[in-house]
Amino acid sequence: MDAQTVIAKRIALELRDGMLVNLGIGIPTQVANFVPAGIHVFFQSENGLIGTGQVAEPAMALPWLTDAGGQPVTALPGASTFDSAMSFGLIRGGHLDLTVLGGLQVDQRGMLANWMIPGKMVPGMGGAMDLATGARRVIVAMQHTAKGRSKIVQSCSLPLTSSRPVDLVVTELAVIGFPDGRATLLETAAGVSAEQVLAATDAELAIAANLIDSASKVNQQVPVACAAN
Amino acid sequence: MRTISVQDAVEMIPNGASLMIGGFMGVGTPEPLIDQIVRQGTNDLLVITTDTAFPGVGTGKLIGAKLVSRLIASHIGLNPETQRQMMAEELQVELVPQGTLAERIRAGGFGLGGILTRTGIGTVVEQGKRKVAVDGVDYLLETALRADFALVHAFIADYLGNLSYALTARNFNPIMAMAADNVIVQAENIVPVGVVAPDHVVTPAPIVDYITAKG
Repeated sequence: MDAQTVIAKRIALELRDGMLVNLGIGIPTQVANFVPAGIHVFFQSENGLIGTGQVAEPAMALPWLTDAGGQPVTALPGASTFDSAMSFGLIRGGHLDLTVLGGLQVDQRGMLANWMIPGKMVPGMGGAMDLATGARRVIVAMQHTAKGRSKIVQSCSLPLTSSRPVDLVVTELAVIGFPDGRATLLETAAGVSAEQVLAATDAELAIAANLIDSASKVNQQVPVACAAN
Repeated sequence: MRTISVQDAVEMIPNGASLMIGGFMGVGTPEPLIDQIVRQGTNDLLVITTDTAFPGVGTGKLIGAKLVSRLIASHIGLNPETQRQMMAEELQVELVPQGTLAERIRAGGFGLGGILTRTGIGTVVEQGKRKVAVDGVDYLLETALRADFALVHAFIADYLGNLSYALTARNFNPIMAMAADNVIVQAENIVPVGVVAPDHVVTPAPIVDYITAKG
């Protein structure tokens, strides 16, 4: 299993029935492929859609039905559409249960930087600041390291996305939470030791007293094929 | 409301005008109006739009033709030409969080001086802005936005100018229609009065100044 799949599958276990969820682009988008059986989740696209379905087949693509990346998608039965003020009212107003965002850096207090690299990449924050600030729960999906350097850092060197700390970081090595404002290793991925996580992390990382092997959770997942029951 | 040709509509827009342009990655952008601005070469524009789409798409066409001198947007990441012009200081760009942009436009159209939001607190977005504490919580004061013209895309317009929108092509169009001195609409379908039920009208006719004729 590649790193992105490991991350997406683990985050999918955080989904609960009836949640309104916004997935960022990149690894977060893949979370939709692993919704646990028997759970119905409403996916929001911030361009004004709840009930976002699969990417549309070319012959079925509609120019007026797209995701937040501008790609043609389908709408599931029960979908709804609305303008951008409503869309961000949902995000900021405490109606969005969960957002999953990509990350460039997360520091040991849970501060996220994910929208620019000064001098190199200035794409604009789009909806990231509203999502990171307004969602009820924020999960960051990112690889643990980039070019051999830890993306979990003591203090973000890149511009912050929000002053509100994230709730959870899921990498291909670990699940990290921030109880009492301190980065804490909650779970290790299958076949990964706590020592390996610490060695790959350039930040103060506490280890939870009840450290869990993520494999024990992921393997409990009921195959989606059984969802009809 | 008056019907007008695309050409006559764009001729009303002078160099240096401020434009709000609907659309999200080009979806719900009134492309015929954009194409005509490019043909006429109306320049030195201030454009308020959530993104600059891709090169050759939507507001990306205005960037490519170098008709924009100032841009207020939330995302320019999928248009390398916008980033190039910004880095080369040919184009002045104000990046605004998307939800804040929506609310600043809404405020402009709803008679409010601005809005208070948590978004941007503790980030570079707060630089130069006032903070207001309400019940012990800090908010950023973000001021209202208005423009000389709103270029709006609708799915259906009736002969009076009542508008409804299609799916995700709605996005910023209804709030921009409220926030400009002149509202120019390009509609996919123009239908007799009564076809759009009152409950399905999103933008009421008195808001609309011009509907561009098809063809």
